[in-house]
Amino acid sequence: MGGELSCPVPLPPGGRILLAHGGGGRLTRELVERLFVPAFSNDALAELHDAAVLASPGSRLAFTTDSFVVHPMFFPGGDVGSLAVNGTVNDLAMSGARPLYLSLGFILEEGLAVDDLARVVASIRRAAGDAGVAVVAGDTKVVERGKGDGVYITSSGVGAVVAKQPVSPGRVRPGDAVIVSGPVGQHGVAVMAVRDGLRFSSPILSDCASVAAPALALLEAGLDVHCLRDPTRGGVATVLNEIATQAGCEIAVHESAVPVGEDVSGACEVLGLDPLYVACEGRFIAFVAPGDAEAALALLRARPDTAAAARIGTVGAGSPGLVTLKTRAGGERVLDLLSGEQLPRIC
Amino acid sequence: MRYLDEYRDGSAAQRYAETLRAIVTRPWTLMEVCGGQTHSIVRYGVDEMLPPGVTLVHGPGCPVCVTPVGILDRAFRIARRPEVVFTSFGDMLRVPGSSDDLLHVRAEGGDVRVVYSPLDAVAIAEREPDRQVVFFAVGFETTAPANAMAVKLAAQKRLRNFSLLVAQVRVPPALEAILAEPECRVQAFLAAGHVCTVMGTAEYRPLVERHRVPVVVTGFEPLDLLQGVAMAVRQLEEGRHEVEIQYARVVRPEGNPVARRAIEEVFEVTDRTWRGLGPIPHSGLGVNARYAEFDAERRFPDDAPAAREDPECRAGLVLQGRLRPRECPAFGTRCTPEHPLGAPMVSSEGACAAYWLYRRRRDPAGAAAGAGAA
Amino acid sequence: MCLGIPGEILETHAGPGGLRYGTVRFGGASREVCLEYVPEAVVGDYVIVHVGLALSRIAPEDAEETFRYLEEMQELAELEGEQQAIERSEVP
Repeated sequence: MGGELSCPVPLPPGGRILLAHGGGGRLTRELVERLFVPAFSNDALAELHDAAVLASPGSRLAFTTDSFVVHPMFFPGGDVGSLAVNGTVNDLAMSGARPLYLSLGFILEEGLAVDDLARVVASIRRAAGDAGVAVVAGDTKVVERGKGDGVYITSSGVGAVVAKQPVSPGRVRPGDAVIVSGPVGQHGVAVMAVRDGLRFSSPILSDCASVAAPALALLEAGLDVHCLRDPTRGGVATVLNEIATQAGCEIAVHESAVPVGEDVSGACEVLGLDPLYVACEGRFIAFVAPGDAEAALALLRARPDTAAAARIGTVGAGSPGLVTLKTRAGGERVLDLLSGEQLPRIC
Repeated sequence: MRYLDEYRDGSAAQRYAETLRAIVTRPWTLMEVCGGQTHSIVRYGVDEMLPPGVTLVHGPGCPVCVTPVGILDRAFRIARRPEVVFTSFGDMLRVPGSSDDLLHVRAEGGDVRVVYSPLDAVAIAEREPDRQVVFFAVGFETTAPANAMAVKLAAQKRLRNFSLLVAQVRVPPALEAILAEPECRVQAFLAAGHVCTVMGTAEYRPLVERHRVPVVVTGFEPLDLLQGVAMAVRQLEEGRHEVEIQYARVVRPEGNPVARRAIEEVFEVTDRTWRGLGPIPHSGLGVNARYAEFDAERRFPDDAPAAREDPECRAGLVLQGRLRPRECPAFGTRCTPEHPLGAPMVSSEGACAAYWLYRRRRDPAGAAAGAGAA
Repeated sequence: MCLGIPGEILETHAGPGGLRYGTVRFGGASREVCLEYVPEAVVGDYVIVHVGLALSRIAPEDAEETFRYLEEMQELAELEGEQQAIERSEVP
């Protein structure tokens, strides 16, 4: 991590973003041509036309958008830039689509250090490369000091649907296995730890990453995957509640089956958090037909990025929208939605 | 995590439940005092593991919940002052006063900051000498030593810009008040483990003698609670009434003498009104004369306009264990965490918040078990 | 507010105001904690931490108590069961 740049920064290092950088004039063009375009080098972007013209990616498109206002901008394991790429890439993958193109809208705060912006851009470039997507369109605005928070990014993404059957909550059925792709709660804790001044013997890194490869691998292996969802804000518990409601099913979860790292576990105790409600940015939950559950788990566990995948529960036919938890101590309770803002501005 | 995970072991919990079933011969009603215990019980379903007839009622051990509305309103007035940095535990931010809460005061421009420890507030006072830093000192005896430390540190550093707005409460007088209620059905107490870590058990002996109720000082994990219930039930079955310590790995009969000396150095016993329970003599702590300059009530005198409580809020009955949160007609309708009528719905130790989070809907096990669950 | 978490003291040092502080590990996370109220606690000991201060040293010899008591309860339950069986068999 830490500021290595894969492209030269022509704007003065140590310099600051000015209102004029968003004005559309010479400074804007310098910013675009000397910072953004070289970082994202692709033909569509290099045209610098009003819109990117792209080859049609197949019979069905997936299209999504999201905004990123995380505070602080840089955290262990990622930053607002890598979040902006992976968040959108993952949304496309959750719809059964191969992510292809991204657009990025930047709202910069007057006074932002150019070095920080360059660091974010380098991070975007790395994340986009890892995810196999091209940044083909973008926009930059600058707001007065105090009216922003460093960098806000809106990213939209387009992908080609590869799943032969629709991947959606509507296909979830009683009997489906609920599988999580890896240990939970890392992102939320990593961000809170920075805000809270918590130190770690080995630092907790956000799990911010693209999950497109393992998700698409499941689909391309022909496994009967009914639904995919990434547990971002509100964590696993929130996603399960959403799916249970949308699918009109009940979901039963075993607390001891949910993988949680020891460091995350300790931090959650200190911060008074339940890992089931803490955001992940590089995990997904798959609802898989019972017959294919073992194969799905085996496929994921064979990959280094999803080696800790685990089955955490089963979809049932009981009360629609109800999520129940068999607790570690043996009792059972409802795993309900949280109220209010638990962890503001973590993505 | 060591000293946590072992006490959450499912098979040991099951075995405790089975042994209880074997020795119970009559119905018993116990009260767990501390809100942290309430949360653990509801979160892990401990009450549903108990044999039919053994009922746990929830006590007033939520310091956020019992902070009087008058002090809250005063906190908001202080926090609105432009020269003040108002620091507080996160829990207090959503607690409603007569017509406001700290979150709204912050949204309107008050400098309200969440801190994890009163020592953090002292550090802010050092870093920002031109601001008046006030710490909202809410808590039981568990938190009093930390608040005392903050005052002593501020005195040592000769800070002129640090003060405490004190809403500290003491547990034993509240238990006396609960026992004095004619409708009280409580036959034994699971006393607050961390309060007794500081204060020891001496204060409970007069209560045990006078009212002939067992008091078992209990921890917070499922096995702690089950063992605490077992010890209390055995006393009841055997006709004994004593003070016992379940949480022996942490609590000593003499408590923590160093911490108690610090409390005695900075604070004195006062009368205090408990939100929902009313005035209870000698049930609070206030800054004593020696450290008077660190008392925010002295530093920011004001004439107290009358505090207003929402008439529909039944927090008092909940805090006394006479009403379960889901039995309250406003639960989930007029009263939710986003729009609370009172404090127990928004405190991390509030009984209403525990039921909202863990038992908002009819839970499948609860419906079958029946006993102690609602 | 009564949230007290057990953690292991990794090292101690003088902190703000010359007070005794330490680095305490909770699972994999660690934090600065004020140790003034546990003068007897040393590196390697576990303490209960509440709002940034340690309030008590955990006595390892007492930590087993909960499991020892469970065994006692199980013996009691067996005795009860035997007693009840005897009573039942005595009923004509």
